[in-house]
Amino acid sequence: MEREKGIYRKLFLSTFQLSACTFGGGFVIVPLMRKKFVEELGWIGEQEMMDLTAIAQSSPGAIAVNAAILVGYHTAGISGALVTVLGTVLPPFLIISVISLFYAAFRDNAVINMAMTGMLAGVAAVICDVVVTLGAGICRQKRVLHILVLAASFVAVRFFDANIILVILVCGVIGAADVLCRRRRRKAEG
Amino acid sequence: MIYLELLWSFFQIGLFSIGGGYAAMPLIQHQVVDIHPWLTMTQFADIMTIAEMTPGPIAINSATFVGIQVAGIGGALVATAGCILPSCVIVMTLAYVYYRFRGLTMVQGILAGLRPAVVAMIASAGISLMILSFFGQRELPADLSGIRWASVAIFGLGFAVLRKWKVNPICVMAGSGVLGVLLYSLGGGL
Repeated sequence: MEREKGIYRKLFLSTFQLSACTFGGGFVIVPLMRKKFVEELGWIGEQEMMDLTAIAQSSPGAIAVNAAILVGYHTAGISGALVTVLGTVLPPFLIISVISLFYAAFRDNAVINMAMTGMLAGVAAVICDVVVTLGAGICRQKRVLHILVLAASFVAVRFFDANIILVILVCGVIGAADVLCRRRRRKAEG
Repeated sequence: MIYLELLWSFFQIGLFSIGGGYAAMPLIQHQVVDIHPWLTMTQFADIMTIAEMTPGPIAINSATFVGIQVAGIGGALVATAGCILPSCVIVMTLAYVYYRFRGLTMVQGILAGLRPAVVAMIASAGISLMILSFFGQRELPADLSGIRWASVAIFGLGFAVLRKWKVNPICVMAGSGVLGVLLYSLGGGL
């Protein structure tokens, strides 16, 4: 019981902190969560985190909320998911509630703008760090197919504004075809 | 009555914004400016600016803001709840399915195909964020002379520190905020 309480508190505090720092749109929180739950706490495996990311990305709603639900559900079931959703929603809720009282002054404040601009650069650095780590992981598997899929989906999303759900579907089909091909090859080899 | 309208409007926003972040923007505008007279277009632009400057998903930020404007703190609660309700149901169902079936070879193959795509998407989001951070706009400008060198420096420093010492991203973010205020006030503002 004590241990359970500890997990809930840790889940709430982690997601609260992460959410309070998630500038610049939904996908930012995914690398941050990975750092926290995969590297720091070791509660979620590397591969599993990527699977959860794909689910969060292809479900409707805010990615940050979806990812929080998945992490909470994985760690402590439905009540865990409720705790992480609360932790994720509370920071923006509180911040916007306060700001909405005097939002014109906030928008035009020079110091706040400078701090926000600095933090944006910091977030970009965190994401690049995660991309390098994950990209190196994929390359280390030495599977040409996976490296090709990575390059092709990057080009599709970056330069052709491809629909993200469509990219995920196509990559899933490629993965399934890969399994079938290898099965057939194994059978042919006897 | 107004609570029900808020709940229903943001429920639809939560349900139909797939792909996260900026995908939700036109949906929010449609609901709160076009269908309901809750915000003027100027107010809507303001809330989008603030949503970008403050942490948290855009949909949650605007739900809180619109809710408060229309019906006080109760309105904000109802609108936020409506926004995350679809996610909770759909994502938890998918999580259940994932943990039930991920042991199958076929499912593993499909997931292996998805992982490189997830890395590619994070990479693309990271580049968008770098452009926003270095140039203050979402698209790479034709004229690169407007680059904010202070942000580039913060980015470089943050990235180096993360790669070398694996520090906590939250520390990097806080440090970036402080550096932003320092560097930009030395340089005479943004």
